[in-house]
Amino acid sequence: MKGLISFVVGLLFAIGLGLSGMTQTHVVKGFLDVFGDWNLNLMGVMVGAIAVHSIVYHLIKKKESPLFDSKFHLPTKKDLDLRLISGAAIFGLGWGWAGICPGPGIVSLVSGDLNIVVFILAMSVSMYAFKFFEEKFLK
Amino acid sequence: MTAALIGGAIIGVAVSLMLVFNGRVTGISGIVSGVLSPRKNDISWRILFLLGLLSGGLLLRFIQPEAFQSSSQNMGLIDYAFAGLLVGFGTLLGNGCTSGHGVCGISRLSVRSIMATIVFITFGVLSVFIFKTLRGGV
Repeated sequence: MKGLISFVVGLLFAIGLGLSGMTQTHVVKGFLDVFGDWNLNLMGVMVGAIAVHSIVYHLIKKKESPLFDSKFHLPTKKDLDLRLISGAAIFGLGWGWAGICPGPGIVSLVSGDLNIVVFILAMSVSMYAFKFFEEKFLK
Repeated sequence: MTAALIGGAIIGVAVSLMLVFNGRVTGISGIVSGVLSPRKNDISWRILFLLGLLSGGLLLRFIQPEAFQSSSQNMGLIDYAFAGLLVGFGTLLGNGCTSGHGVCGISRLSVRSIMATIVFITFGVLSVFIFKTLRGGV
C-alpha cells in the first residue's frame, strides 16, 4: 500500500507542477528575474501548496504514527549550519541557471528534450559523487 | 496566478497524502538520492514515487501540452550540464530542494527549511541576474 500511495503522490505532484508552470523553464526564470521582467505568478504554487499542507500537518502532528507505517520519518535537525546555507546557495545558483529543480526536471524527462536529459544525468552523477565527498570530508 | 494556486494546492494534497499515509516528507532530491545510493528495504516506495512523477508527466502531455514548452535561446547543453551538477550537489549538501524545504519544511515551520528557502531563492535570483548580464537575456 505504501508503494501505491507513493505512486499516486508522484502522479499528483507532477500534475500540480505542470498546471502551475513549474515545468516551464522560462516561467521559473521569470519568477527569479526580480531585477528584470519579474513574473510573480509562481508565488501561487508555494502559497497553494503550503496553505493545504500546513493545515494537514497541524491536524495530524499529534498522531502517534502515519496510517501505513509504524512511525513518522521527519527531519530532526534544528541547527542552522554552514552546510545547510552553502548547500542551499549552490542549489539556488543551479536552479536559476537552468530554471529547473529536481521535481520538474524528472517530470519533464517525458518530453524527450535532450537539455532536460543532460540536466538530470548531471544531477544524478553529482548526487552519486556527493555521497563519496560526504563520506570523505563531512563525517 | 489562479493556475499556479491550483497547481500548488494539488501539490499540497500530494505531499499531505505522503505524510498522512507513509509518514514521509516528499523531498524529491532526497528521494532520488535514496535510489542512487539505496539502503535496504528503502527503495521501492522511492522508485514508485518517481514512476508516479513520470506517469504524471505523460498525462500532462495530453491535458496540458504547453507544460513542456520552454523558451531558452541562450542556453546550451553545457549550461544544463553545469546547472545539473550544481543542483545535485547543492540539494544533498543542503538536505533538500524546493519540495522538501520549500513546501514540506515551511509547512512544518522548520527554521532550517525557512532559512534554506530564503537562501536558494536569493541565489536563484542572483543566478538569473548574472546570467542575464553575461548573456544578454534569459
